[in-house]
Amino acid sequence: MPGKLKAKIVAGRHLPVMDRASDLTDAFVEVKFGNTTFKTDVYPKSLNPQWNSEWFKFEVDDEDLQDEPLQITVLDHDTYSANDAIGKVYIDIDPLLSSEAATVISGWFPIYDTIHGIRGEINVLVKVDLFNDLNRFRQSSCGVKFFCTTSIPRCYRAALVHGFVEELVVNEDPEYQWIDRIRTPRASNEARQRLISLMSGELQRKIGLKVLEMGGNAVVGYLQCFDLEGESGLVVRAIGTACTLDKLIPGSASNTNTHPNTAPASNACNSPSKEIKEPVFSEDPTHPLSVPPTPLRTLPSSSSPPPFSPSKLCSRQSSSSDTDLSLTPKMGMGSGISVGKEAGPLKTLLRQQAQSALEQREFPFFTLTCFPPGFLVHIGGVVSARSVKLLDRIHNPALGNTRSYKLLDWNSVAADEPETRDAWWEEIRQEIKSHAKALGCHAVVGYSESTTIWYITHTILRPTSISSEEVCILSASGTAAMLNPRFMREGCLDAGGSDQRLSRQPPLGMVGSERAEGEVSSSWLGFDDASPPSCGFCHIPYDEFNMPFPAQLTYCYHCRRQKVPDVLFTTIDLPAEAAVTGKGCLIQARLCRTKKKAQGEVNATAISNLLPFMEYELHTQLMNKLKLRCMNALFGLRIQISVGENMLLGLASATGVYLSALPAPGGIQIAGKTPSDLSYDQHISTMQKRINDTIAMNKELYNIHPPECIEEVVGSPIPDRQRSRLFRSTSESSDELSELDLSHGKKDAFVLEIDDTDAVEDIQSLLTDAPMPAGFYSCNTEVMPGIYNWTSGLQMFTSVRVYRLNNANLTNQGLNKIFTDLCENLLKSLYFKLRSMIPCCLCHLNFTVAVPEEELIQVAVTAVAMSFDKETQLAADKALNKGSGENEEQLQFSMELCGESTSSNNQPTAKPSGLPESAMTHSSSRASSSERCSPLPEVRSRSLRSTRSLPCGAPVTVVKMTPLSFLPRTRIVKYLGIINMFFIRETTSLREEGGVSGFLHSFIAEVFAMVRAHVAALGGNAVVSYSMKECVFMENPNKNQAQCLINVSGDAVIFVRESDQEAIPPLITCGQTSTTGADGTT
Amino acid sequence: MSVELDVFVGNTTIMDEEVYQFWLDGYTVNDAVKVRMEGGVLEECEASAEVLRSDTMDQYRTFQMCERLLHSPAKLANQLLFQIPPHRQAMLIERYYTFDGVFVREVLGKKLSKGTKKDLDDVSAKTGVTLKSCRRQFDNFKRVFKVVEELKGPLVENIRQHFLLSDKLARDYAAIVFFANNRFETGKKKLHYLTFQDFAFCAGQLIIVHCNHSRVLMRPALIGKEFLQDLKELKILITDKDLLDQHKSLVCTALRGKTKAFNEMEANFKNLSRGLVNIAAKLTNTKDVRDFFIDLVEKFIEPCRSDKWTAGDMRLYLTHYTNSAHILDTFKHQVVWDRYMGVIKSCILKMYHD
Repeated sequence: MPGKLKAKIVAGRHLPVMDRASDLTDAFVEVKFGNTTFKTDVYPKSLNPQWNSEWFKFEVDDEDLQDEPLQITVLDHDTYSANDAIGKVYIDIDPLLSSEAATVISGWFPIYDTIHGIRGEINVLVKVDLFNDLNRFRQSSCGVKFFCTTSIPRCYRAALVHGFVEELVVNEDPEYQWIDRIRTPRASNEARQRLISLMSGELQRKIGLKVLEMGGNAVVGYLQCFDLEGESGLVVRAIGTACTLDKLIPGSASNTNTHPNTAPASNACNSPSKEIKEPVFSEDPTHPLSVPPTPLRTLPSSSSPPPFSPSKLCSRQSSSSDTDLSLTPKMGMGSGISVGKEAGPLKTLLRQQAQSALEQREFPFFTLTCFPPGFLVHIGGVVSARSVKLLDRIHNPALGNTRSYKLLDWNSVAADEPETRDAWWEEIRQEIKSHAKALGCHAVVGYSESTTIWYITHTILRPTSISSEEVCILSASGTAAMLNPRFMREGCLDAGGSDQRLSRQPPLGMVGSERAEGEVSSSWLGFDDASPPSCGFCHIPYDEFNMPFPAQLTYCYHCRRQKVPDVLFTTIDLPAEAAVTGKGCLIQARLCRTKKKAQGEVNATAISNLLPFMEYELHTQLMNKLKLRCMNALFGLRIQISVGENMLLGLASATGVYLSALPAPGGIQIAGKTPSDLSYDQHISTMQKRINDTIAMNKELYNIHPPECIEEVVGSPIPDRQRSRLFRSTSESSDELSELDLSHGKKDAFVLEIDDTDAVEDIQSLLTDAPMPAGFYSCNTEVMPGIYNWTSGLQMFTSVRVYRLNNANLTNQGLNKIFTDLCENLLKSLYFKLRSMIPCCLCHLNFTVAVPEEELIQVAVTAVAMSFDKETQLAADKALNKGSGENEEQLQFSMELCGESTSSNNQPTAKPSGLPESAMTHSSSRASSSERCSPLPEVRSRSLRSTRSLPCGAPVTVVKMTPLSFLPRTRIVKYLGIINMFFIRETTSLREEGGVSGFLHSFIAEVFAMVRAHVAALGGNAVVSYSMKECVFMENPNKNQAQCLINVSGDAVIFVRESDQEAIPPLITCGQTSTTGADGTT
Repeated sequence: MSVELDVFVGNTTIMDEEVYQFWLDGYTVNDAVKVRMEGGVLEECEASAEVLRSDTMDQYRTFQMCERLLHSPAKLANQLLFQIPPHRQAMLIERYYTFDGVFVREVLGKKLSKGTKKDLDDVSAKTGVTLKSCRRQFDNFKRVFKVVEELKGPLVENIRQHFLLSDKLARDYAAIVFFANNRFETGKKKLHYLTFQDFAFCAGQLIIVHCNHSRVLMRPALIGKEFLQDLKELKILITDKDLLDQHKSLVCTALRGKTKAFNEMEANFKNLSRGLVNIAAKLTNTKDVRDFFIDLVEKFIEPCRSDKWTAGDMRLYLTHYTNSAHILDTFKHQVVWDRYMGVIKSCILKMYHD
């Protein structure tokens, strides 16, 4: 009995008029938790009632605390008839259960009704008194922190990364229960909302238990999804990465106890002044020094990199001090393993160690996409698996006589049910694991799972249709990788752990790195072939004489020591330390394929037959587009395949970049098969010219000016052929596993044969991609490589479009064209909408496609537009170009001192940071000017608060939202807990609400409002890692009805703004950094 | 292929001032798109007509959703649905309550009733302001009227606080409310040359003191209860023959040689004086109040204009006319006179133009 939940209902405002006669409302509130309900008094005749109730106290198990939401219902008292419900508020009290998150929930919540939307607001106070329960057999997992963020959260340090956790729970969908035929839509929606809330609470608790078992205290990269399987039920599943996180408390040596030797270092780096400076846009892989008593000790203060320094500077910097570091070999020794060392026998050694560390794990998967420096050793490539399943009605004896939608007790009932789904996923994960192994990797990072369900939706609105023939595609994908086992081993922590401040972007003012350490240890050990951090991850993990697929290998263009592939596809974010040339850009492959209408097994077979072709074509498209942009690597690759009644849609999105370590991509050549025809030749040459022009233009646009490389062909023993890193397989229920070789059997430049109609289509799609308007950049990863000087202006948005294909008999080409246009038009609209934010970058552009009905295509996008400072950017670009020029010269003589050469390479990048004042003032003026212009970015919250007071109390707290894990120019000081909300909205007066667009527009606005209100009530001012995971929209215009389900999630945080003065000191010190760096070189 | 659904929702509500104006002006989406295209946004941003249309639709929807909140502007600040920075909120409110001069001129002094609202299509046709915009403006007048009618305290301040309007706009609304309440006649042909701003200024002069319930108080300030009798007493200036002559000679002495229109002034003095004093006496009768402006024009402004007085002549004449009354030994109502003439003088000066 370890918890007491207390709630107080303070007041309401803007309530709807419930009594037509008086134009007023007699409101009262029911507060319900579990099976206990309390009521406030009726506050008669007011639209702004002041209940000021007593504290309602619920004494409950912590298990219930985790599962159940607090349910607040506002009603209108009616003496003669039944009381009318005004609306409800569900409050997830999970954030109150962790000591480090929120302590009280207090604020105005929108009162939500599934039929009418938001109807006024209610002010509520909630507290929890938790008694510690040390019972080992407890069912609860209070205190385990959850993060949606797919990197180590900003104010934490990962002591240990335990690995993959997953769980799923299944229940019958209330929408499909017999009782649904007699109850109101409102009751049905509410039952569903409540059930999902319960299920996600339960799921979180169960995952928490697993984490505790593993010895962790947090789940990072928590990804929860719903599968609305219609008749077959409702599945809520989640995956995540279990970690042990230590909170970094600025100014205190909180870690002293656990890691005695880190104390001074973490002290130094956590001193408040430094911590504050952390510029979010700096990508520096710096972290505290592990051993303070070295000559390097001065570094933390002297070598903080500039806020807009490109990633390389710092790591380079530290490695340039090799000589100093090597005086302290203890570090290398202490860690017990030589990190970053891949050559010869060491490679095998490393693999063995890593394997033993990971072997205990069933699935060495990590949902993280950003990693602490040193975590990622090598990347193999993308691994994915898909499986087509036929859903049958979940047979559950208990459901037959269950009349309530209470969560089933899985301990007593039908435990085999969730296991079916478990088995499906298990199968897929095994496949992924084996693919990774084939790539010579022992782990999968950037791992995610998704499902696409196709149901017959014609009669989706009540009365619910009885359809049983549903097909579901389960997909999983990730990036095969070699990881540094140190992060997963308890024993190594003492020595190695000390320097692992695993947050992705550690505060400025810390320097030294385990990268440095890795190199130190290597130099100390006498090896001269350490992998520098900026290219190490590109080096192949597999054996070059025994490659899993044909590939063209060259020596790394960065360190010239290790082999690298010519293209690299990954699902993770660009590592902070990666050396990149120019900027990146969003690359999308879009594909539409017709499919015969079918049912059941025939349908499933048809789909699974089409899948490999779709994947192949998507892959080809990606490759072409990548080359057209003169880039050689893809990050954040996400392939989505949706099923419709008569077509399949494939959408692959990724961010293309030019990795300096990889060879320059060859161009694209067009070849005709009948060269005799003259006019035909001409046609080909014009095409070729257009392509070449586009490539040249793109090089300019993305600022890609790679150093002219002396092509030393290292050639793999295998004939160089165009290869692909995409390892995929499709399996049906029958478990058939196939692996396709996606190689294109051509040499050198990519050759497209134009005789092939597919090729014509490919070229068309290549060239129809409209260029982005000037001042815009886009990517689907956390940040855009090549842009560092973000301003605080940002605008998160969601856009949804549904298109109707009017002519039913479309060819594949026709469909493709439509689908491509549709995506392009949507992007164009976004650019137009956000034009006032120029120069800006659309980050984390996340597209979701669906085929809700025959002839309908739905595309939903959530992203954030962030503006950056043009002038400093120009300076940075210039410096970079210059830098690459210098680098070229340097390369000639510094081949073996790779650390040094890279440091000089990066020195120029420090130059832009040399103009601190002008940069700063400019950016701040930009921020203020952007407030004036019309479609405005979000305004500083401070200025908002200080503006004129309006009569009705304090203005609403401004809550920023972003799909990224950070907010530029701010520092996250506290994580308040996970936000995971599910809403249903329905209408029976679609036309009156402005049609489908009006209906969805207000629903999305309402969802935003409810998320903001919850965050504000927790005391937060932002949501990071926000995502809209589900947006299921159904309409029946004939009945004037529509229904929509939205699921959103994110992390509620408190951020503080970095003031300009605070940001300047690191700039000054950065000057010193480069000096030190130079010293190191000479 | 057709777009069935198309929405864009930002965490901070995106609003384009230009589109907002089109919406307020009652443009249809198509018309707004047309005008925007001509405006050249397209070239600026490499967008297509389709993009523009989608953007316009989105914004129109947003404004429609906001409209409910704009009806009670204080709600806009603490509602949770739209995250709008305060200075944008102020802009939204101010623009929403801004009205067209030509439109308000048509309904000024009319009863803000359903009947008037029904006739708005005529007003729309006459003024060229779209019917939609006319309705919004009319409803705004009505809404403000309804709210301040129930309130105590100064009219302008009440409007400013309740509708969060700028001082200028609040004053204009006070004038509109004042005219509507007193049903001043403003539509006669003779009054056509007067603009809304002329009337608003006069209203500002007339509304001076407010104390109790505004239902009563929205009457002209000059009709305070204590004033009623006093205003009647002013009649002595025209009824008493001696007083009238004395007054005339004092004024003429002062004016002689100072203006070209002296002869006309001298000849018309008695008529003009009678006109002004009669207006004062008429004010005591509530029903006659509505003729205040027409009387002023017919009895005073028109005769002067036909005699080609300049604005300077007018000022000179009124100053001396007012001051000379103080020298009259038998005239005892100096305070009332000053107060009355102060208001009348500034009204006439404002109204005396072509």
